[in-house]
Amino acid sequence: MKKLIKGNDAIAMAAIEAGCRFYYGYPITPQNDIPEYLAREFPKIGGTFLQAESEIGAINMVLGSAASGKRAMISSSGPGISLMQEGISYMSGSEIPAVIVNIQRSGPGLGGISPSQGDYFQATRGGGHGDYRTPVFAPASVQEMYDLTFLAFDVADQYRTPVVILADAMLGQMKEPLDTRHPPQRELPPKTWALTGCAGRKPQLLKSLYLGHRELEKHCWHLWEKYQKIIANEVRFEEVLIQDADLVVVAFGSAARISKTAVKDARKDGLKVGLFRPISLWPYPEKRLEEIAKSAKAFLVVELNTGQMLEDVRMSVGKDKPVHFYGRPPGADSLPMPVEILDQIREVYP
Amino acid sequence: MAKVVVIEARCKGCEICVSVCPRECLRISERHNQSGYFVVEFIGKEKCTGCAMCGEMCPDLALQVYK
Amino acid sequence: MSQDKPSKELRLINPRPRTLIDRPTHFCPGCHHGIIHRLVAEAIDYFGVREKAIGVASVGCSVFLYDYMDTDVLEAPHGRASAAATGMRRAQPDKIIYTYQGDGDLAAIGTSEIIHTANRGETITVVFVNNTNYGMTGGQMAPTTLLGQKTTTTPYGRDFRRDGYPIRMAELLATLEGVAFSARGAVNKPANVRRTRELIRRAFEVQIKGIGLGFVEVLSACPTDWGLTPLNAIKRVEEELIPYYPLGIFKDKKEADHL
Repeated sequence: MKKLIKGNDAIAMAAIEAGCRFYYGYPITPQNDIPEYLAREFPKIGGTFLQAESEIGAINMVLGSAASGKRAMISSSGPGISLMQEGISYMSGSEIPAVIVNIQRSGPGLGGISPSQGDYFQATRGGGHGDYRTPVFAPASVQEMYDLTFLAFDVADQYRTPVVILADAMLGQMKEPLDTRHPPQRELPPKTWALTGCAGRKPQLLKSLYLGHRELEKHCWHLWEKYQKIIANEVRFEEVLIQDADLVVVAFGSAARISKTAVKDARKDGLKVGLFRPISLWPYPEKRLEEIAKSAKAFLVVELNTGQMLEDVRMSVGKDKPVHFYGRPPGADSLPMPVEILDQIREVYP
Repeated sequence: MAKVVVIEARCKGCEICVSVCPRECLRISERHNQSGYFVVEFIGKEKCTGCAMCGEMCPDLALQVYK
Repeated sequence: MSQDKPSKELRLINPRPRTLIDRPTHFCPGCHHGIIHRLVAEAIDYFGVREKAIGVASVGCSVFLYDYMDTDVLEAPHGRASAAATGMRRAQPDKIIYTYQGDGDLAAIGTSEIIHTANRGETITVVFVNNTNYGMTGGQMAPTTLLGQKTTTTPYGRDFRRDGYPIRMAELLATLEGVAFSARGAVNKPANVRRTRELIRRAFEVQIKGIGLGFVEVLSACPTDWGLTPLNAIKRVEEELIPYYPLGIFKDKKEADHL
């Protein structure tokens, strides 16, 4: 049975269903529905909701609960995610899992509160310091807001890493029918690394400081090996009308929703257009895109920013095929209509 | 005697002025402004002493007190 | 010989302060920000320092300070206004620096900044508006939310076991040596508006005289997020806020320290 649910609420619901009982956060538009939902529901099921003094406090509370072996989540938007970068870096270095939700607003700085995709670099290039990577998943529907939250917790726990869910204000605030059945979940090993008191075992440590001779080098390569496994196993994407496409539109999240309509309209006009929608932004589906580039004649990247995923597409496609760009940086009044993307499709159609 | 001029475009109908006037010289009218607020009107032609309690409280500086 | 009584010209006795820009405000009906902005503008005019004044805006309903105060204004990230003000003060010792912050901005995310700014005795003026919730974002708990008070993140009422106790910033900061003046006022009735006018003036005066940091906490109504009419919100300030957040002066240094 489906229920009409708001995107932000879907994430909160999924967290509960996925067994998360620890949420720390701080108010910021446009994601307040998530802490407000959990403030209401967690007390009923013995979960812990705590509104921290700031996002810096909150991410470190997540670090503490996650280090205890619990599934912990935090949500925020751009400016708050910026504050969390230190915590994310520490959790990556210490291999502590957590789910971090970014309901993108507009930036940089205080920016605005309408949807954008301006935090792509921040999410995928790791806004924090040091040599780590962060898996990033980008939903494009309320159902994916729900399903990908389960995935995020599983990936976080399986590989002992923070995981980012990169959504935006439009996905957060809209309502769509939601199927609340659990997506398939993984068998995961017990968290023997967690700090629970050393009764019956030797004391354990979670840290990211490595001062010994070539210790940190070894640690960074260890992390790298882990990231290679994630790259091998966790790539996700959706393809729409791609087989015979001469022009492939590449977009994620809300930009992909709008582009999908434009692509279907283009097909009605006889144009051979398809949509490639990355769902994992890191690891980026570069291999599949490279394959598609063999038969497609051109690409059109559509983003709600001035060109960020564009760079990943260019890297994947290489020099042989043109990669065009249509950007609509932040602002509620600047979300494109499908017809505007259709115009771009016609303009760059090979 | 004194009087109060209401800048209707700025009034948000919060009624704070109505409540602080010691002589009931103000009341909410049946008119609304372009923002949709029912605006205050001055009905204290013979009563107003120009104490300016209303002006002191109005968050929107919608009341001009003349004495 | 009888003399005709001269007809008296009525004159405007409550003109808009020069520093307060003449435009409609975005504040909700009955929000006290409008009154407090006016008192800050009045203080700046009283000392004649509009052209030397630089405001630092915070994040919250007060974010639009620059739309209302006719001075230079800097936008600071959430909670960091007093740090930005410190940078301003160190760079321009001759200017009048003031911040205007809400209870989330100053008492939650900005606690580190305000404590250290106050501790350093930066000669700035800090206006702290306390309406016991996060207004701009829709009414979440603030550090100043009262016990038992329902907000969108304390839907069952604030419980000290989970969320701690409301913080009294004016008293807390008064314990720091660098603070020259720390006081709390309200603007829920004319008598309180008058007293708060004096407090805000003094908070600017200690800056002008180089004595130290001037801090004024002003209790404010938030009718929209409290779910009350403006008049009932005023009652709440009187009956619920003032008993917990007493009005008064907690520190008033008469002269600067010297070596």
